[in-house]
Amino acid sequence: MRFDPMLGGGSGDGKLLKAIWDELNEKPATYLDVPLFRTYMERMTQLQITEKLAILADAAKYDASCASSGTVKRSSSKTGGIGSTEGMGICHAYAPDGRCISLLKILLTNSCIFDCHYCINRKSSNVRRAKFTAKEVVDLALNFYKRNYIEGLFLSSGIIKSSNYTMEQMVEVARSLREDHDFRGYIHLKTIPDADPELLEAAGRHADRLSINVELPTRAGLAALAPEKSQDRIEGAMGGLKTSILDGKDAKKKYRSAPNFAPAGQSTQMIVGADAATDSDIVRRANGLYDQFGLRRVYYSAFSPIPDASAVLPMQRPPLMREHRLYQSDWLMRFYGFAPQEVVDAAEPNGMLPLDIDPKLAWALKHRAQFPVDVNSAPKAMLWRVPGLGTKAVQSILRARRWRRLRLEDVGRLTVSITKIRPFLIADGWSPGGLTDMEHLRAMVAPKVEQLELFA
Amino acid sequence: MITARLSAEDDFDGWRDQCRGLLRIGAKPEDVIWQVGDTPTDLFAATAKLSAPIGPAIGVPPEFVNLARSVICHTDPKRFGLLYGLLTDIKARRRRMDDAADPVLRNLHDMAKHVRRDIHKMRAFVRFRRVEQDGAEHYIAWFEPEHHIVRTNAAFFVRRFAGMQWSILTPQISVHWDRQTLHEGPAARKEDAPSEDVIEDQWKTYYGSIFNPARLKVKAMLKEMPKKYWHNMPETALVSELIKSARGREVSMIEKEIVPIAADTLASLKSEANRCRRCPLYAPASQIVFGEGPENARIMFVGEQPGDQEDLAGLPFVGPAGQLFNAALAEAGVDRAQAYVTNAVKHFKFKPQGKRRIHDKPNVGEINHCRWWLKREIDLVQPDLVVALGATAARSLTGRNIPITANRGQVFESIEGVPVLVTIHPSYLLRLPDAQLAEQEKAVFVEDLRQTKAMVERASAQGARTPA
Repeated sequence: MRFDPMLGGGSGDGKLLKAIWDELNEKPATYLDVPLFRTYMERMTQLQITEKLAILADAAKYDASCASSGTVKRSSSKTGGIGSTEGMGICHAYAPDGRCISLLKILLTNSCIFDCHYCINRKSSNVRRAKFTAKEVVDLALNFYKRNYIEGLFLSSGIIKSSNYTMEQMVEVARSLREDHDFRGYIHLKTIPDADPELLEAAGRHADRLSINVELPTRAGLAALAPEKSQDRIEGAMGGLKTSILDGKDAKKKYRSAPNFAPAGQSTQMIVGADAATDSDIVRRANGLYDQFGLRRVYYSAFSPIPDASAVLPMQRPPLMREHRLYQSDWLMRFYGFAPQEVVDAAEPNGMLPLDIDPKLAWALKHRAQFPVDVNSAPKAMLWRVPGLGTKAVQSILRARRWRRLRLEDVGRLTVSITKIRPFLIADGWSPGGLTDMEHLRAMVAPKVEQLELFA
Repeated sequence: MITARLSAEDDFDGWRDQCRGLLRIGAKPEDVIWQVGDTPTDLFAATAKLSAPIGPAIGVPPEFVNLARSVICHTDPKRFGLLYGLLTDIKARRRRMDDAADPVLRNLHDMAKHVRRDIHKMRAFVRFRRVEQDGAEHYIAWFEPEHHIVRTNAAFFVRRFAGMQWSILTPQISVHWDRQTLHEGPAARKEDAPSEDVIEDQWKTYYGSIFNPARLKVKAMLKEMPKKYWHNMPETALVSELIKSARGREVSMIEKEIVPIAADTLASLKSEANRCRRCPLYAPASQIVFGEGPENARIMFVGEQPGDQEDLAGLPFVGPAGQLFNAALAEAGVDRAQAYVTNAVKHFKFKPQGKRRIHDKPNVGEINHCRWWLKREIDLVQPDLVVALGATAARSLTGRNIPITANRGQVFESIEGVPVLVTIHPSYLLRLPDAQLAEQEKAVFVEDLRQTKAMVERASAQGARTPA
């Protein structure tokens, strides 16, 4: 409410206020504006939060993950609290970088006692620093959530004082949201590998997902660019989380009332293009991580030039397409039945996946002897390998072909485009003939250089 | 012709009941006119009226029911007939639903997909604004869905925001949740919803900050967030500016490392400094108060920080201390117009106290952040002598704490290696309670200034620098 000196503050001392007002009016106006000053502190507080938000969201944007899916279903209708998770995450907005904004992704602080070269928040970087209190993060998350801006919170942090101190603060945010505010939305906590197991335990009780970043694809890369971090400690902590997550699941099977432990599992992220690791190295490492730690996801973050970058780093960003191709290869292993070695086979001799065509097409072009595939009789696993056929299209084909013999145009209705598929498929009334073995096939099926490659 | 009536655009139950009756009498799909609401739209409407519910439940595959539930919410008026057509087909050929490649089925699947997408986008893009009514919070949103999905979708918002009182207003209907029950209301207008919410500024700040300018993918954004939703989403106001500035921001991220910012005139340096965000002092201050004076000045005076009047005027040393400074310069025979006058800290730091803004001493962090600009000023002006007025200036220039009373009149060296003469800050004279003491101190100050003049003259006589 604005202070109106002519009305007084309702406390009966209108005369005094009138006197002040008269006195003020004798002086030149400008900043001697009483109503303005009344709200000065208020405005400063909001301004400070907004300003910190700008710094701490900016610092978090280098993290690729924003997923809010894969957790247990929760709703607030029974408790009258706030928030729900429905299995599938929702992207509440998209930024011009094409990325989904699903979570409030911020750092608790961007001050850090570590000096990792690829990180904008490293000790020797000259960025502005800021720190939120736990309560400020809680209020911000709730304010955003209640306006339907977000699915929940993804909290990460630079390390201040000690790993334990930092982790305690992060756990406090999650605890307060869950216990003080009955918040039932999604929470992802970035976990600090060196923190005490009890803190990780508490984090897992409140959060849907925990993650520890392996940071770089190779041990040598980590040693060179993040000298204070150790692959053994990181993997040790990931192993610990895996055990806790499995224990939690087991307990849940026996007792329905058993507490959840990170029901959306754990994930990790590695930075692509900051060190010399090839796509083959990365694919192998990712596969190892999936196997060893039961990860839900491995995220790839194309190293982007950061302000105040360290001189050790390349000045050029890797092509964005590289990150995309790595995600595609990740999909091939997780959903299309490709073995890691087969994905590696799709790479060029220098160990890099081709940028102009997707890895499945690259693999098919190298293994033409296995094509064409008869759409009316081939097994599912083989249909999955046809370039341009996704898992959904394969599902529809399998069902439809029980009903009728499929022609090429039938397949066309089930997929986005037929041009890429045609040379690899036999359908009723269609055979690619010599097309499959043609020398110029790659040029024919490769997408016309047009969109994203321009930016690469 | 048979007219089948439905009570609302998304009346799935009504449609199902009508179908039961139609199937029983063996109505052909092409003979049925579907109509929503009571007003007859067709001349033959009254000829054969069906009364619901009619006929027994019919067994259909569950996936047909799922499909129909979605398709019913579509805006296409042909949907009721198409679904009934498929239903009659299914009665004849049970496996019909499996034939995903069938054009009619494909069409219906596409319609269902559009509806599901609209449902999903509504969950994503509804934006509540908070208002307070009688001390209670009420969250209100205005949304324009493409299909008839609001009723179907309300349950989601109940599950998610059970503890909140909220309303979603749309051009077709409005739904209200009072933390117990869901109520349905009439169509609403955009003006019925609040037009702003204080938190939106923070949300926009977040949206602008989380965006990585090094990876511009506008097509990907537009695919998932089509423009038709934009006008009800506060953050989209930023999009065009973010795209425009992206390449520049990325380039500046890179160039900042390769070439240090290279302003080569005081004017361009000043305009760069206008955007300074190195420390938080820029926020409450009115403007930056940059140095003033010729680029070839031989003396540079460095004060502490702008005061209240300097902050309003945007010029250094124009307030009470500045007037005293001018008088002393005149007395010492130094022409201020020939000197470069600036401050160690370029923004006014203050504490609000009642109606006034009280000067607050800058801390070492702030001094150090601002030292960047002072160094650039020294590099450009290349003075023969810098005069540090007061402790803050001395600290900034030399990087050490120099007690003024013990060292005034003495010459030190700045971090750059320029000679620095240390003296008091003129405001010190203003604070002395004893008029006589103030007079004495002022005389010493004038003497310090005379000394600077002498030093510079000596320096130029020795050819330290050719006068311009």
